[in-house]
Amino acid sequence: MSAPAQPLLPEGIVAFVKRDCPTCALVVPVLAQLATMRELTVYSQDDPAFPPGLVPVDDRSLEMSWHHRIEAVPTLIRVRGGAETARVLGWHREEWQALTGVEGLGAGLPAWRPGCGSRSVDPDLAPDLAVRFAAAKLRARRVELAPLEDEFEALFERGWSDGLPLVPATEKRVLAMLEATTRAPDEIVAEVPPDLAPCSVEKVAINAVMAGCKPEYLPVVLAAVEAACSDGFNAHGILATTMPVGPVVIVNGPVRRALGMNAGINVFGQGNRANATIGRALQLVIRNVGGGRPGEVDRATFGNPGKLSFCFAEDEEGSPWEPLSVDLGKPRGVSTVTLFAGEGPRSIVDQLSRDPESLARSFAVNLRTLHHPKLLLVFDCILAISPDHARVFREAGWSKAQLHARLRELLQIPGAEVVRGAGAIAEGLPESVAGATLPKFRPGGLLIVHCGGGAGLFSAMIGGWASGAMGSQYVIREVGR
Amino acid sequence: MTKATTGDAPGALRKVLDPTSERSLGVRPRLPRLASLSGATVGLLDISKARGDVFLDRLAERLAGEGAKVLRFRKPTFTKPAPVDLRQEIATRCDAVIEALAD
Repeated sequence: MSAPAQPLLPEGIVAFVKRDCPTCALVVPVLAQLATMRELTVYSQDDPAFPPGLVPVDDRSLEMSWHHRIEAVPTLIRVRGGAETARVLGWHREEWQALTGVEGLGAGLPAWRPGCGSRSVDPDLAPDLAVRFAAAKLRARRVELAPLEDEFEALFERGWSDGLPLVPATEKRVLAMLEATTRAPDEIVAEVPPDLAPCSVEKVAINAVMAGCKPEYLPVVLAAVEAACSDGFNAHGILATTMPVGPVVIVNGPVRRALGMNAGINVFGQGNRANATIGRALQLVIRNVGGGRPGEVDRATFGNPGKLSFCFAEDEEGSPWEPLSVDLGKPRGVSTVTLFAGEGPRSIVDQLSRDPESLARSFAVNLRTLHHPKLLLVFDCILAISPDHARVFREAGWSKAQLHARLRELLQIPGAEVVRGAGAIAEGLPESVAGATLPKFRPGGLLIVHCGGGAGLFSAMIGGWASGAMGSQYVIREVGR
Repeated sequence: MTKATTGDAPGALRKVLDPTSERSLGVRPRLPRLASLSGATVGLLDISKARGDVFLDRLAERLAGEGAKVLRFRKPTFTKPAPVDLRQEIATRCDAVIEALAD
């Protein structure tokens, strides 16, 4: 099945109208005037007898209106050599005169009247129109479910689920999802590990539908897929490792609020559709397109519940500091996703510190335990600071850079404490570091974000995996359209 | 009769789009086993995990004792698949390969 060619507009002047539009009724005399002077074709969306006296083309199927993306009626279009060269929405005398080259149009009419919505963009009709006129552009194999199969059970049966029910990816839903991006459905977004399978925008959209995403989430999902499939992030290794990490998606910038993402109460928990489904969509792409499934390439000993979805937004508005995206070199006001190979969040409780030095020390003793107190320099970490804890630093005038610097100082650890056998614990670093002092984190290995509910003197840390070129490098990517 | 609340035509939910890469991975037959290790070239691939070399050193001794020629290879990091060039080199130079997954 090949995509039907877009039907061409006829040469000359073309008007799209509907009877159920006062502005269209208003311009009937103008159209009659034009018909005597120019090559005029009128498409009627709702009544082939309208406008009276003219001979409109019946577009009740809305095929022409849909293909030519008519948004309002009346729309006046000039066609030269088969191509559209000008378009005016609504009635606007000067613009109609400029488009047609005819002076004195609509004498006695007001100079300007807005039009009405085109039936082809009526929310009740548009999804079905998309299926009728655009389903052929979808390349994915159609899977017919047997008459006696339950739609939801069938998706489990085919191995597409992460363990939770999936939304069936019908043509209608996938086309609606694709409306949210300007990218072509067949554009390749990434090669998805572990199979390194080329993944089109359409495949991302299918998995986003199944994950439960709204269409407006798609650009964030696309950016997350691109970031996760970059060489540096190493999604293959994150999947294959026995360690309990998975992709953590941190969203910054205006898109957080546009999508209603949660950066506040229960930020790492359940209950927000965007948080829950964007991360899930990424994991479904890795599962279904990349072929990454637990027990196969995914060899995690424990895994973590965030491998269903671990996606959250930073609370930028309430933060005393610049957001993570700015730390990572992006301008403020740009929407981004940051991908981090992380385990589940662990709580840092400190309900008594009211000065920044004390609280920094609390953070440091907790951060030191990450994965193991005797393992240094291997793992990155996200330190998520709550509003109550951030206030301590805000009131003392500490910048984020100051806090980073103090934590670096506090996390310089004598090698003798961490060599193998020290503290009667076999785990640790080689004897050769016994005389050295080493930091817990490599430079840039600690990321600080501000999020969480407004009450609670707690912060959280999200441990990483083998960092940098040896394992996974966290990666930031701008959200496109 | 299925009637979706979304306004889908009856039965529209019965057709879904395939979310996978639509690759059915072909089943590839294994290479025949070597009749003898004597005179064969055996590659030992160290994936760069701690103490994998201890295991491979011992294997190298045993293989040499069987009359095999041993070639040693090493991945840059255990966290990533072996680079294509390394895989090609092993495939062209060796009759068999042993990979150490040790810790």
